[in-house]
Amino acid sequence: MATGTPQENLRHTMPAQDPKVRAHNFDEVALGYDLQTAQEEALRCIQCKRPLCVTGCPVQVRIPEFIRALREGDLWQAVEYLKDHNSLPAICGRVCPQETQCEAVCVLSRRGQPVAIGRLERFVADWEREQGVRVPEVAPSNGIRVAVIGSGPAGLTAAGDLAKKGYQVDILEALHESGGVLVYGIPEFRLPKAVVAAEINYLRSLGVTVRYNTVIGKLYSLSELLQEYQAVFLGTGAGLPIMMNIPGENLNGVYSANELLTRVNLMKAFDFPNWDTPVRVGERVAVVGAGNVAMDAARSSLRLGAKAVHIVYRRSRDEVPARAEEVEHAQEEGIIFDFLTNPIAVLGNEQGVVAGIRCIRMTLGEPDSSGRRSPVPMEGSEFDMPMDTVVMALGTRPNPLVFTEALGLQRSRQGTAVARSETGRTTLERVWAGGDIVTGAATVISAMGAGRVAANDIDAYFHGGSSGYWVQESESEPA
Amino acid sequence: VYRILSKVTLTPVTTEYVIEAPEIARKAQAGQFVIVRVHEHGERIPLTIADNDVEAGTITVVAQEIGASTRRMKELNVGDGMASFTGPLGRPTEMENYGTVVLVGGGLGIAAIHPICRALRQAGNHVIGIIGARSGDLLFWEDKMRLVTDELIVVTDDGSYARKALVTVPLKELIEARTISRVWGIGPAIMMKFVSLTTLPYGVKTIVSLNSVMVDGTGMCGACRVSVGGRTYFACVDGPEFDAHQVDWDLLFSRQRFYLAEEKRSAELFEQTRQQKAEQEDAR
Repeated sequence: MATGTPQENLRHTMPAQDPKVRAHNFDEVALGYDLQTAQEEALRCIQCKRPLCVTGCPVQVRIPEFIRALREGDLWQAVEYLKDHNSLPAICGRVCPQETQCEAVCVLSRRGQPVAIGRLERFVADWEREQGVRVPEVAPSNGIRVAVIGSGPAGLTAAGDLAKKGYQVDILEALHESGGVLVYGIPEFRLPKAVVAAEINYLRSLGVTVRYNTVIGKLYSLSELLQEYQAVFLGTGAGLPIMMNIPGENLNGVYSANELLTRVNLMKAFDFPNWDTPVRVGERVAVVGAGNVAMDAARSSLRLGAKAVHIVYRRSRDEVPARAEEVEHAQEEGIIFDFLTNPIAVLGNEQGVVAGIRCIRMTLGEPDSSGRRSPVPMEGSEFDMPMDTVVMALGTRPNPLVFTEALGLQRSRQGTAVARSETGRTTLERVWAGGDIVTGAATVISAMGAGRVAANDIDAYFHGGSSGYWVQESESEPA
Repeated sequence: VYRILSKVTLTPVTTEYVIEAPEIARKAQAGQFVIVRVHEHGERIPLTIADNDVEAGTITVVAQEIGASTRRMKELNVGDGMASFTGPLGRPTEMENYGTVVLVGGGLGIAAIHPICRALRQAGNHVIGIIGARSGDLLFWEDKMRLVTDELIVVTDDGSYARKALVTVPLKELIEARTISRVWGIGPAIMMKFVSLTTLPYGVKTIVSLNSVMVDGTGMCGACRVSVGGRTYFACVDGPEFDAHQVDWDLLFSRQRFYLAEEKRSAELFEQTRQQKAEQEDAR
């Protein structure tokens, strides 16, 4: 047991760019441990016989094993343990909400801070990338062609696992770059695009092909793909922005977070006019919502030159859904948090451009279906805040395009694909789905996990014959 | 991939490109568009599919040299490729035999109504085309349009070619003289608004293709939001065609203008760079 001085109960801090400096650049904020710090942090792990951290992980990464290998200095062994259950550790180490997963249940957190599992994961994965990723043994080709639709975390994982098993995998990507939300959504300062590119290169080395600019539902329907491929995995995520439906929402200067982030991350608008796509962000910015995407939008706005950036959130600090580290970083950079505040209208000037937002104060009532206390508007508390730009970061839904001419593929009322969580099988034979398209907007790690589950089940289907079955009709509407 | 197979200067400001894109050519329907990235640093710009040839595996687009991307596109030669070419996007035109229909194409809109005229004619409609431009030198595809229409009316604003009139004048005459089942109007937003105002008093259903600003073109960003009948739609996936009489035109004008300053800036930068290059080559 860790019974030493309080010092021993604290995790090693991870170096980061100075907040004053980084608020003006798009370089990565967190700089990662060096080997010595990583090994010292690894020593804090007490190697529980029944490790709770593993149960806290959505994909049961072999956490104590990889940490042990790290502190023993056998880094390749650490990589192996880590990648046994997680195909994207460099990404998950950076974007997983560890404080609500593995680290939340670490026994050390009872008497101090938990082991910095996420930082160690990142360190091991970055170390591997620096060495040059070893291409694993790939099973001889079995000639079975699989289409993976979407190249986000779910698709990348399914593609990699299937390729290793000898399948001939084509990734069909709608955009001109691969990575899905990892490239259009998450900013460079949180997840460098070189990290994502390394994953794509790794897949290529396994023989995976990426077909870009291929919009399923438009260029090919799912039914057509089933003629060309023996199996299809749907990993198109949740890419459709949710708006508030309040007056003034179509004014110039109101963005969905997806639009702002796509302009900046995918189209490199921060480097306009060297890149052709512009983005216009004024001095005063209000970002509505408090998830990771809201933090990304707020911090991107700051880096684009905004002077005052507000997070406007209808609940209180306790309900903020973003990762703790993102909130901390945002606060350090000077993002202003307006809790228990909800916009009821966007105000415009004569030119049809945003001039402000009208908000109402909220108070917390009874817990709602999500278990969080539901916000209730306080009558007569309306007030205006002058703003130049408003960003709606209220979450996303699956894009319905992929369901075009996909007869037999059932959808829920929320627009998600109906699929079994243990197998990824949908209501349509030879079609699997996983990630946000099934769960609605969730985490990279759960999407990664769903991609892996589906890859295993696709393999079982082709080798086990008739043992599997597809989802029966349930409470859902036909696509 | 996405090689330019032919490039024809149609007017001082418009160019026709035939692009090798067999997958899109096979699937394209009238009313749809592609998103083009001319070079690696380029914007994703929407261009209407003006023609498609399944056998040759080609898509024809017509672009007007306004912004940096379309100017750069003009610099490309036959054999060069686009960085990306994505489609077919948007919903196709609703095809049926309506009876006698009128399609109004203004400027670049001539290219957009071309495949719709052809498809409507194949669906059994009597197709009347009205094409117009500010002046005769800005007019194109008159011969091509004759092949896909039963009657074609040509006008110019200044009378430098054919009849001197705005496109709405012959449109109004037609509606008053004959039974017109449906009208399409595609061109600059202001022209589409006036087509809409022309047909409104007669209650003739009118369809316009809204050219709002787009980024991904697949419903992901919502940059192309338009208001139709008091509801917000994404032009890229819900359109681009909408009922003209329900469109909030002021919102469309306003949203089209938001990035005007930036567009101007990058177009100027492009011209500067081009000039510098030309001077350097001259010096050699």
